[in-house]
Amino acid sequence: MCHAIVLGPSAIPMSQDQVSICMVGFASAMMRGELMGLRTRKLLASSIRYVIAVVALAFFLFPIVWIILTAFKTPSEFLKSPPVWIPRTPSSIYFEHVVQTGGLRALSNTLIISTSTTLLALLIGSLAAYALARYRVGGDNLPFFILSQRFMPPVAVIFPFLLFFKALRWMDTHQALILIYLTFNLPYAVWMMRGFFMEIPREIEESALVDGCSPLGAFWRIALPLVSPGLVATGVFCFIFSWAEFFFAVAITKSQAVTLSVYIVNFFGKMMVQWGEIGATSIVSMVPLFILSFLVQRYLVRGLTLGAVK
Amino acid sequence: MAATTEAFTLKSETPRRKRRDLIPWMFVAPCIIIILLVTIFPTVYSLGLSLTKWEIGLQERPFIGLGNYIELFSTARFWHALLITLLVVVIGVSIEFLLGFGLAQTLSGQMKGKRIVVAALLLPVMVMPVVVGYTWRLLWDAQYGPINQIIGWIIGQPFTYTWLAKTETALLAILVTEIWQWTPFMFLVFLSGLAVLDPEIFEAADIDGASGWAKLWYITLPLMRPIIVVALLIRGLDALKFFDIIFTLTGGGPGNSTETLSFYIYQMGYQFFRLGYGAAASFVLLVFLAMFLTYLLKAFKSAVGS
Repeated sequence: MCHAIVLGPSAIPMSQDQVSICMVGFASAMMRGELMGLRTRKLLASSIRYVIAVVALAFFLFPIVWIILTAFKTPSEFLKSPPVWIPRTPSSIYFEHVVQTGGLRALSNTLIISTSTTLLALLIGSLAAYALARYRVGGDNLPFFILSQRFMPPVAVIFPFLLFFKALRWMDTHQALILIYLTFNLPYAVWMMRGFFMEIPREIEESALVDGCSPLGAFWRIALPLVSPGLVATGVFCFIFSWAEFFFAVAITKSQAVTLSVYIVNFFGKMMVQWGEIGATSIVSMVPLFILSFLVQRYLVRGLTLGAVK
Repeated sequence: MAATTEAFTLKSETPRRKRRDLIPWMFVAPCIIIILLVTIFPTVYSLGLSLTKWEIGLQERPFIGLGNYIELFSTARFWHALLITLLVVVIGVSIEFLLGFGLAQTLSGQMKGKRIVVAALLLPVMVMPVVVGYTWRLLWDAQYGPINQIIGWIIGQPFTYTWLAKTETALLAILVTEIWQWTPFMFLVFLSGLAVLDPEIFEAADIDGASGWAKLWYITLPLMRPIIVVALLIRGLDALKFFDIIFTLTGGGPGNSTETLSFYIYQMGYQFFRLGYGAAASFVLLVFLAMFLTYLLKAFKSAVGS
């Protein structure tokens, strides 16, 4: 209660006696129903919260807003010192330029690679996850072994991949990136789906098995539909990881299979930086992920912490 | 009658049961095969690579034992890259934790428009790291960047500091960027952690006259410990692989002063085609990662159970 008063708007240094007198006064004021002090304190606390929320929003949204605005500025606006904040004649010229210089191909490459990886990871991953959750295959260690693969540093496997793909003539192809992204999405999908399977009751599957349903049928027709929200959430996260991946993409692709993350690098020339095009590509790369993250809002924490926090 | 049925089922069940036991393994098999093929095999291959002299222009790839590792450990640039990596992990992740926790503590509980605020605060996590790097490169720009402009407003005269051209401030810029992108992650995790704490504990503490700090230190932090450990480890492990933002924000510069280990290894492979040497460096990173990972797996076992 002491600190409550000190926190108040009329904070003045008080001696110990004054504080205790104050406390008695405060308590009796509360008993009499005079809640002015409490009300102002609450008001102050909540306005401090709003101030902090606004400051945080400004800090975390400013860079995103800035790169979005850049896509609509003229070169004389983003190459002005000090910079102009609001574009005066916004146009879609950079988007058109991005489309003309192979932006659509980069977008479709990204879509093809992310979608294929996601579907494969979900299919293979949930089947494995089902066996881990229901039949406890491999005991406790196998799930944790699979989880640990999610943290493999890309640089530890990149050189062998380079040599293999060169030998297979797979450099700069979709299948190369799809295979590599499976490496990271599969452990993730298995681990997440195992958590979701463990949460659904097993009685329905058991009675289906007794009725002569095959284990595969029990998985496909009973368990999988029950975990479909988890399946969608896991899929969205796999999609986001593949979509935003850069290290392997820049190492493996050159021109045919470039994804958006590699494509954008082209606009950062040694001599000249095409900020407008960088802004436009950034918007194209951000919007789908923003929409997807809103769709799985309920599973965000779970998805980002690999199921450790629900 | 009962005995015969039992015997009957026993006899016919044995081979069937064996097949039944195999089915779960068949479910896991595709997954295990892919992991072995795409992760374990390359890693082992990479270990072999790190013991050979694999360089462009060389006809042979002689086995040189620990030669690459010895060269690595006597290279100042490698140690510097390791130092930068650990700085990002330790300083970056600590500040993310403090800011994220503070923000979660402030914004927990009821608030008007909270859902929108939380959703908006989370957007940085969803931006491609490559885009994040370019965006901040523009923000820090000496002439065209709004950061110098705002500082100029505050001090009342034009300010044109070249943040990314000096090692100390380039490192600062990297840390700010990393903190910007991942503080929201910490915030979200702690916000949902705080939401499930039992309010009765805090009410009891209030009755006992506990101060705000005492409640934080003796109740909130101990209860949140498992979540904090998991969040720190996940972030730390990902930060060890820090690459994309370096690539687009500073390009490792000025000079090589902001190279992380991943960036250094990439350079070794792509600029100098020293695959053996690069593979050796990647194994050092792998060892660091493995140490963190053991803790993470332990934390997971206690947080989610098995």
